Amino acid sequence: MSAARMETAGAGTAAIGTVASVAPAHGVLVELRDLRRSFGTVRALDGMDLTINPGELVVLLGPSGCGKTTALRVLAGLEDADSGRITVDGRDISSVPTSKRDMGMVFQAYSLFPHMTALQNVEFGLTLRGKGSAERRRIAGNYLELVGLSEQAGRYARQLSGGQQQRVALARALAIEPKVLLLDEPLSALDAKVRVQLRDEIRRIQLELGITTLFVTHDQEEALAVADRVGVMWEGRIQQIASPAELYTAPVNKFVAEFVGLSNPLPGTASEGAATVLGQRVPLLPGSPQSGSVTVLVRPEAVTLVPGPDSAVGTDARSGSVAGTIVGTSFLGATGRAQVRLTDGTLIIAQIASAEVAVLRVGETVDIRLEQVPALAVAPRGA
Amino acid sequence: MTTTIDTPAPVSAPRPARRGHGWRSARSAIGTIPFFGYVAVFLIIPTAIVVIGAFRAPGGAFSWVNIKALGTSTVIGAFVSSVVLSAVTAAIGAVFGGLLAYVLVTGRPGSISRRIVTAVCSVLAQFGGVMLAFAFIATLGQAGMISNLLRDWLGVETTGAYLYTVPGLILVYTYFQIPLMVIVFLPAVDGIRAQWREATETLGGSTWVYWRRVAGPLLAPAFLGSLLLLFANAFSAYATAAALITQSNPIVPLQISGAITNEVNVGHADLAKSLALGMVVIVAIVMWLYALLQKRTAKWLG
Repeated sequence: MSAARMETAGAGTAAIGTVASVAPAHGVLVELRDLRRSFGTVRALDGMDLTINPGELVVLLGPSGCGKTTALRVLAGLEDADSGRITVDGRDISSVPTSKRDMGMVFQAYSLFPHMTALQNVEFGLTLRGKGSAERRRIAGNYLELVGLSEQAGRYARQLSGGQQQRVALARALAIEPKVLLLDEPLSALDAKVRVQLRDEIRRIQLELGITTLFVTHDQEEALAVADRVGVMWEGRIQQIASPAELYTAPVNKFVAEFVGLSNPLPGTASEGAATVLGQRVPLLPGSPQSGSVTVLVRPEAVTLVPGPDSAVGTDARSGSVAGTIVGTSFLGATGRAQVRLTDGTLIIAQIASAEVAVLRVGETVDIRLEQVPALAVAPRGA
Repeated sequence: MTTTIDTPAPVSAPRPARRGHGWRSARSAIGTIPFFGYVAVFLIIPTAIVVIGAFRAPGGAFSWVNIKALGTSTVIGAFVSSVVLSAVTAAIGAVFGGLLAYVLVTGRPGSISRRIVTAVCSVLAQFGGVMLAFAFIATLGQAGMISNLLRDWLGVETTGAYLYTVPGLILVYTYFQIPLMVIVFLPAVDGIRAQWREATETLGGSTWVYWRRVAGPLLAPAFLGSLLLLFANAFSAYATAAALITQSNPIVPLQISGAITNEVNVGHADLAKSLALGMVVIVAIVMWLYALLQKRTAKWLG
């Protein structure tokens, strides 16, 4: 990536300086093959495979204990795999110590050396690489500028906010110009506003530098916002790895469908590539059972509500649809959610425009309509 | 066009809040009166008596006689012995106690072994005086258990006489210095975060680099501070030495005791005050350095 391009890309964020003087990385291919790691009887990694393309940002997403952090730590060399193979740029680094792996890492929090200033922290890795004093200072200054903290170069960790500390940690990790950048839930200790801001900055810098990056988080919004591809992990394996859009619209199994975004598990009957749910036909995603009883995982935004005959806001009930009663509403900004209970007790969540939510009243009867959006069907519980 | 009108700031803050704050402060101050009373009676007044008495002749007039007496070879020898005893036991306690604290921290947090060791250290750090002296005499004295075993099994004769000398005191003092080091140094070692080691490694540093550039500098103030605390602890210890050494006064606390109880020369009571003044000065310097180091440690590891 050219310096000119980096400058242009950096100009969009007012708080951040230009990055022309920061050397662009050359992304490398990272491959994890059949990684296994157990802690006692717990299998943290159970034959995990992952390929990260050069310059790509892959997010490992999953609940606590799914193995995502273990995978990152094994890649960094901070944990040993029981078996498996790790290659970076075609070179097997499985038995290479952490200090020789050439990977920059940002931890959850509190990783800055407290007896050093921000500048000294960023210089640390450069010192270990034998850079001279002037060169160290210049490079560290450039990376602090990259993360928008030139003015705070002389401050100690305790004098920086949580967000600033994480930016310094990012500058420190990048200053050594590593082959791979590893981010271990770097935003989890920050408040919501700073988290979103820093998330966007990380993505911007990653794109500008073109560095191959593995980002671990349990926050799906964060994952979907920054990733080229998201790998959803569970029980030590990647259940699905795909672009955020594909992951959301075409989950391959029930775990992914339920973990990424919300879904309504509704009983139905499958036949000829579709399922009959609430009296309506819904097309099914590949991988769904093709016949018999199924549970169809319908996204809340695929549910629309039509005020019923008793509604005060109008009557537009459609034949064939199922009626339900509004039991709760919530305002989320541009959209809102309504909870509808069917006569059999099933609870359905609909995500609709805020204006539509605003006119709904608890206790009101509505008809439920399902959009013709392909949904995943799974075998019903207990089948 | 928008016109902005500056509203004058209120002249005074709401009084009720102030009154409430003042009352709370007053109540807190009342609660500390017993403490300050205790400190005044048992620290400030005795210190004042020592300082004033060190500069007074037996008749009550101002005099340098007692201060000059600090320059005699006996007193200088006692101060040297006290400093050596305190420095050596502090160094031994700091090294072994520091290592033990590190071992405890590298284990599983809240493990049984850690809880047992810290509980035992809390007790042993306060174990001194006649009890400790007797424990060592019963173990290493002429008829002590280990002395008997050495004689019966290995044919090694030991009188245990070294126990009643300054080198013997060094051995005995380490018994409470090591546990004390564990107690005072453990919080600092606990403050070292695993991420710092991992960050060092990912940045290309070895274990040596980590200790030399990260953990070492971070722990140094706490280590030196603890060392000074151990020095002060040994320097002011009296009961253990008094129980073991009865035939001479090789260290300052015993010299003070000897001067106070001297029935031949009454004027020695004032010498005791000058000796005590010397101790106060040394301990004050040590504790001032300790406070400085603690301040730095609190900033980094707090």
